Amino acid sequence: MKGKAIISGIGETEYSRNSGLSDKALQLQAIQRAIADAGLKPQDIDGFIPSAVAPNLYYEDLVENFGIPDLKYTATLHYGGASGTGGLHSATMAVASGVARHVVVMAGRNGVTGSGNISRNLAVTPPKAILDQASRQFEAPFGALVPMQFYGLIARRHMHMYGTTSRQLGAVAVTMRSHAMLNPKALMKKPITLDDHQNSKLLADPFRLLDCCIESDGAAAYVVSAADVARDLPKKAVHVLGIAEGHPPSPYSIATRNDLMVTGATQAGPRAFKMAGLKAQELRAAFLYDPFTFMVIFQLEVLGIIPWGEAAAFVESGGIGLKGKLPVNTHGGLHSQAHSMSGINHLCEAVKQLRGEAGPAQLAQAAPCIVTGFGDFGDSAVALLGT
Amino acid sequence: MNDLLPLKPLPEPNDLTRPFWEACRRHELRIQRCLSCGRLIHYPKIICPYDHGTEFDWVRVSGRGTVYSFVGAYRAFHPGFQPDLPYTIAIVELEEGPHMMTNVMLPPAEVEIGMKVEVAFEDINEQISLPKFRPAGAP
Ligand SMILES: [Zn+2]
Repeated sequence: MKGKAIISGIGETEYSRNSGLSDKALQLQAIQRAIADAGLKPQDIDGFIPSAVAPNLYYEDLVENFGIPDLKYTATLHYGGASGTGGLHSATMAVASGVARHVVVMAGRNGVTGSGNISRNLAVTPPKAILDQASRQFEAPFGALVPMQFYGLIARRHMHMYGTTSRQLGAVAVTMRSHAMLNPKALMKKPITLDDHQNSKLLADPFRLLDCCIESDGAAAYVVSAADVARDLPKKAVHVLGIAEGHPPSPYSIATRNDLMVTGATQAGPRAFKMAGLKAQELRAAFLYDPFTFMVIFQLEVLGIIPWGEAAAFVESGGIGLKGKLPVNTHGGLHSQAHSMSGINHLCEAVKQLRGEAGPAQLAQAAPCIVTGFGDFGDSAVALLGT
Repeated sequence: MNDLLPLKPLPEPNDLTRPFWEACRRHELRIQRCLSCGRLIHYPKIICPYDHGTEFDWVRVSGRGTVYSFVGAYRAFHPGFQPDLPYTIAIVELEEGPHMMTNVMLPPAEVEIGMKVEVAFEDINEQISLPKFRPAGAP
């Protein structure tokens, strides 16, 4: 698959908390922008991979709204926050095999007032479907209900094993916010200090309010094209150097995963690096799925970028800042930019960095870089991108 | 319906999980065991993930274990848990091997990873008793 696929276009809606738009309107707008960014016409699109995290938009909506004459491939991904980057895996296979030429990957929702407020949906009235699953039948009755609590169990174990501290988690939050302050699309622009983090409300110890990502309205999409169209693009092509997905043991439940330090990225990381022929130490930037501050530290270690037990100190010493050894989430991440598009905002930021369109946060060199998705408490997608 | 006292979500035992919950009602912690390979399986499964056996019994375990990880719940994400705040969500590693989600019946600040615990059942209604844990040897 190496060398067969490029990212030809990206599209994002405005990120807000009150778009006034339906899930479907947001999703179609992101798709329209991505197709235009690639210099394509909607009729050129022949593959579509929506995330199941994008409610209410199916291939039918794409075909009906854009008048797609010949959709050759569609599949919906069900791995939560890994679906956005995971779509690059399926799309790369589709164009590498010749099944399709231009595949749209999309996720997004009205996450604040619409259908997509995940925490509210899961917790206020745990749906029967969830309580019927063996995993949730054995968890919800104990008040274990939301991602913050499940990820908190991983974080607590890591703190026990490696001495990671709440202040070190806070260093991730402060860095994400400082990046968001430079980003025109970011929702959270007010500067925060380590003390602000330490004084923010304890919600699911070890996580405080400022360890958690925001919820927002918005959708994002990208177009994956066969590599031979690169020379016809209006913008610099971004090449898929490596791509892989991985799925953890006990995917339904982290409670019964005997080693919480093992996750889908444990397997996906080495696969992606092998495909690209790259070493983790060669990366110049990282766009890591960050529903909670801890997940930045965790993924740096799971992916072998930083040795186990050393990533927290790396973060604390400024390693993930714009001037650090490995800038992470130069857009502010899910923590401070936006969160309702299954991490496709991370992939969009990676593409902007590689094209030189990242504005005040532009890095001198961003290639090669890594983009991750992480969802459902362990599913993982790892993409390595370059120019 | 009493809107003033929101009910917590409760397990709804099905064919797969009924033996577990019926044992809990008798204050016995029983875990699914594969008859062909003898491994303990939690949560209950239709097929044994180790050797793909499909016949099981339910073996009574010691009820002793250690805290593998835990979270302090300081916000209730379902109104039924509001009166319990703060409470401790924990993964307990049973002496016999399997991990399970539960509560340790101590405030989060008093819980540590590695703490020895033992099962203590909380009777919820005529059908359901929840297997929670308390420090081992507590009076
Ligand atoms: Zn077996």
